[in-house]
Amino acid sequence: MTTAAPAAVTAPVPDPPRSRTGRSGAWRESAAAWGLLSPNLLVFGVFLLLPLIATVWLSLYSSSGFGPREFVGADNYTELAGDSTFWRSALNTGVYALLTVPLSLVLGLGVALAINKPLRGRGFLRAVYYVPYVISGVVIAIAGRWIFNENVGVVNRLLRSVGMDGIAWQSDGTAAMVSLVLISVWTKVGFCMVVYLAGLQSIPAEYLEAAQMDGAGRWSRLWYVVVPLLKPTTVFLVVLGVIESFQVFDIVYVLTGGGPGNSTEMLVTYAYAEGFDARRQGYAATIGVVTYLVIAVLTALWWRRQKATEAEQ
Amino acid sequence: MTTTEDRPATRPAPAQRRQRGGAGWLSGRAVALVLGALVMLFPLYWMLVTAFSGGGALTSGPLRFWPEEPTLDGFRRAFELLPFGTFYLNSLAIAVVAMALSVTLNLLAGYVLAKYRFRGRQAVFVVILSTLMIPVQVVMIPQFQLVAGLGWVDSYWAVIVPRAAEAFGIFLCRQFMLGIPDEVLEAARLDGAGHLRVFWSVVLPMSRPLIAVLVILTFMYRWNEFAWPLIVLNDQALFTVPIGLAFLQGEYGTDYPALMGMALLSTLPILAVFAVFQRQFVEGVARSGLR
Repeated sequence: MTTAAPAAVTAPVPDPPRSRTGRSGAWRESAAAWGLLSPNLLVFGVFLLLPLIATVWLSLYSSSGFGPREFVGADNYTELAGDSTFWRSALNTGVYALLTVPLSLVLGLGVALAINKPLRGRGFLRAVYYVPYVISGVVIAIAGRWIFNENVGVVNRLLRSVGMDGIAWQSDGTAAMVSLVLISVWTKVGFCMVVYLAGLQSIPAEYLEAAQMDGAGRWSRLWYVVVPLLKPTTVFLVVLGVIESFQVFDIVYVLTGGGPGNSTEMLVTYAYAEGFDARRQGYAATIGVVTYLVIAVLTALWWRRQKATEAEQ
Repeated sequence: MTTTEDRPATRPAPAQRRQRGGAGWLSGRAVALVLGALVMLFPLYWMLVTAFSGGGALTSGPLRFWPEEPTLDGFRRAFELLPFGTFYLNSLAIAVVAMALSVTLNLLAGYVLAKYRFRGRQAVFVVILSTLMIPVQVVMIPQFQLVAGLGWVDSYWAVIVPRAAEAFGIFLCRQFMLGIPDEVLEAARLDGAGHLRVFWSVVLPMSRPLIAVLVILTFMYRWNEFAWPLIVLNDQALFTVPIGLAFLQGEYGTDYPALMGMALLSTLPILAVFAVFQRQFVEGVARSGLR
């Protein structure tokens, strides 16, 4: 797992020295920098920053996308505050994060610990755990619909074959959320495993040997040595996992469409439904602004952690 | 391309094995890993079984874990129901062009942000960083209006261009290029190389692992992308594979062999790339910022 890349990524961030002394050198370097950045900044500015600003602006309007838009001030925000579907989708997003993040972390750590020791076929096993992560959300959701189909899906047929009742994966809201969480965990375990494996490799073997000398058993070594040393990795995975929970769209859109009722509606699927199905664009933009604020705060947290990790090394 | 350290070097001598906590732990661990792997593989295996089965046998009669009479009818039907051949070409064209464009732009931007000193560098970086995790649904309406205003709806450009500069790629490049020693760049400049020349003949050759990771991940993201193409592509002739799959699901949702066959087939290119470049994949993702 080591090439030139890892050391580079975690290296501290020195200010590169000025290439030429004197004002004209600095000016020329600046000009070159902006020149090389310009194609990127053009695309970035026009297709991401501008729409981001426009989203904030649009959230102050009522607009169907056709005809004139009407300025409504903070009305969209007031409506949002009293919109039970919005709160339901916020709650769903939170519940989804609260279930998928710890589950995929714990399982990912378990697999990483088990696979981090000599074993025949280790590379193959690692690939098997990782594979779901590279498959598209649409494919996963289509497979999930079939596997969890409450009438003819293999999960319920298995349950019935051992004498249990099938579970109402489509008609019961809680069951639908559970299927969504199970499917999501399936896709994320491999990713957590890989990140934890990288973390485990940075733990010096002497620490574990010292703990063993002191008579620490396997579990206390895990709990008192390994887990604390993995804390930066865990924090990173938690923050990233929560952010990803705010982005989950493809799987939900194809698997449940937010239903039954709105029991699996997420913030992003609700924004999509309002913007493109109900054509309430100002309102959809308002949901977008709120979602963005949450994600921006989380990204800031993640970046602080990232910088702290870089500084430690 | 698997790592050497994955295999022989890590196989312990029997004595070592005992020392590590006994054969019971070792085999218990192995059994748990293999059982877990079977659970991970089962959905894919079930897709495979479904894809090669006739429709009726899947939903009635006793539950079987292999196709009773293996058939390719599912695949054939999927291609008959919708023009998936076209969808594959669309996806491929979009993924390849988008990947080439965005890898070029992001390498340049990452290089500048890591290695140039200029006023506004920090500001540019913070702005890019603040959009790193932004879901498309936040900005989709103005983005759509912009693309519509340019007359790009129902064209490849609508999918390719807005994604050409990506915070993720810029960030990954910057983090990697921080590790390129300044002295090397300095030396090239003293030899009289211009900015682009330094980038082309010094920075790029030193960035091969980064480029591999970028190419693979960007291709995967574009190949799998769903939400944005769904918004800007309405003309069936321009559908990408994920849009076509969702459409197939919507129109023929109970033709499970056709659905699973096409779903699996659409995953093959990614699986092939993953099999060949497993290491870059795993490393790239583990480090796309990241840890």
